[in-house]
Amino acid sequence: MTTELTAPSVTRTIDARGSYCPGPLMELIRAIREGEPGGVIAVWSTDAGSRIDIPKWVEKAGHRLAAINSQDGYDEIVVEQRR
Amino acid sequence: MERVVIVGGGVGGTLAANLLVRRLRSRIRRGELTVTVVDDRGDHVYQPGFMYIALGNEAPEHLVRPERSLLDRDVRLEIGRATRIDEAKQLVELASGERLAYDQLVLATGSRIAPDEIEHFAAEAHHFYGADAAQRLRKALDAFGGGRIVVGIAGMPYKCPPAPLEVTFLIEAELRKRGLRERSEVHYCSPIGRAFTIETVSEMATPILAEKQIELHTFFNVESIDPQARTVSSLEGESLPYDLLVLVPPHHGAQFLIDSGLAPAPGGWLPTEPDSLLVKGRTNMYAIGDATDLPLSKAGSTAHFEAPVVAERVAAAALGREPHPIKGTYTGRVVCFFEVGDGKGTLLRFDYEHPPRPPRPNRMWHLGKLAFNRLYWHTVPKGRV
Repeated sequence: MTTELTAPSVTRTIDARGSYCPGPLMELIRAIREGEPGGVIAVWSTDAGSRIDIPKWVEKAGHRLAAINSQDGYDEIVVEQRR
Repeated sequence: MERVVIVGGGVGGTLAANLLVRRLRSRIRRGELTVTVVDDRGDHVYQPGFMYIALGNEAPEHLVRPERSLLDRDVRLEIGRATRIDEAKQLVELASGERLAYDQLVLATGSRIAPDEIEHFAAEAHHFYGADAAQRLRKALDAFGGGRIVVGIAGMPYKCPPAPLEVTFLIEAELRKRGLRERSEVHYCSPIGRAFTIETVSEMATPILAEKQIELHTFFNVESIDPQARTVSSLEGESLPYDLLVLVPPHHGAQFLIDSGLAPAPGGWLPTEPDSLLVKGRTNMYAIGDATDLPLSKAGSTAHFEAPVVAERVAAAALGREPHPIKGTYTGRVVCFFEVGDGKGTLLRFDYEHPPRPPRPNRMWHLGKLAFNRLYWHTVPKGRV
C-alpha cells in the first residue's frame, strides 16, 4: 500500500533498514537537527513500529508527513522539515 | 608469537581477557602467544554503582579496584591511552608513543559522556554517570526542599537504558519518605513515544509512573536549557520549568575509533556483526559492550554476555580451529535488574528474538540487585557467572 500525500523531492535519505525501534526515529531526529526548514527526509525502515512512531513524532514536532510508501521489504517514510 | 590485544579494561575487556587465557594458557606459558589488556587508567570501575551514590548510600571508593587485581596473572596489562588503530600495520598506538602490534584485536572501549554538547548543562543539570556527578546530585537532593524535579534524556543511545527511570522512581520514593512529596512535582521526559524503548518494559513502567503521580512527557528530546527562566526545552517545542534538573548527558563511542576511521562520526559506535561481534568487514577485529552499534542496551550485562563469545572466537582462531557454533555466537542476551523504588525491583531478561517479560516488581529483585553490586568483583570479571 502506498499512502501518497503531496510528496516533494527528497533532499536526504536515511537508510535505517535493519535498525530496531527507536533507531529509525532517532536517525530522523538527528537528520532534523542537522537539517534546515524545507528539507525533505526519507527514512527507510524495516521496523513495523516506524509507521506508527514516526508520524506521531512528526505531528508533535510540527513537521509534515509527506508520504508513507511500502517498498520491497521496507517502508519509506517521507518527512518535510517545517522548522 | 601471536598477539591478542584488548583495548579497554571494563567488564567486557577484563572478562574476555580472563576467559581467553583459560583457553590458551599452555600456549601463553610456552611463549607462543600474548594477551594484553590496554587500559587508560588501570582502574576498573563498577559503573552501575554510581546511581547508588546519589540514591543509596553507596561510597565511591567501593566502586573502584585496580584492574590488575581482576586480571588473570597470565594477562599482560598496559596502562596507557589508545590514540589510534593503524589497521594496515596492525598496531594500536598509545598516547605515550608506544605501539602495540596485534594479530587479533578486541575493542571494548565503552562510551563517553559529552554533557558540554548541551549549553548550560554543567551549571544547571545534574547527572549520575560518574562518581563526582552522583555526589553533586546527592548534595542537590539534600538541599531540595520541594518544587519541580525534571528528569530527561539529552541524547540516545546512552548507558544503562533503565537508569533514568530508576532514578526517577528512587527520587520520588525519597521525596515521600522525607515528607516533601506534597510540595513537589516529578516529571519524566522520554525521547520516544512511550516511557521506555522496549514495549513490554514500557507497559510495566507506565502504570507505576501513573500510580506514583510522576508526569510522563513523551517525544521530549532535550535540546536546550534556559538558565534564567530555569526551563528545559525539547526539539519538539515543549518547555518545562524545573527547580532540580537531572539529565542523561549525550554519549559517544571513543574518539580514537572515529579518528582511526573505524566508527562513523558523530556517534562513534563500531559497526558490528550481531552474531559474531566482528567489526563489519574485518576478520580479526571484534567489538564488545558499549562500543558496538548493536540495537541493545549499552550496559555491563551486554558486555558480560558478549565477552565469552569473543573469547571463544579469538581462541579458536589462535588454535586454528572453527569456533564452537553455540559458544561462538552471540544471541543478544542481556539480563539486568530494574529498580522501581520503595525497596522493589524487577528483572529484564531478553535477547534478539525474545523481548523481556519483566515479573511484577518485588522486594526480591531489589535485594538481588544490591547483592549483585557487592558480589560483582568476585564473579563477573573472573568469569564465575
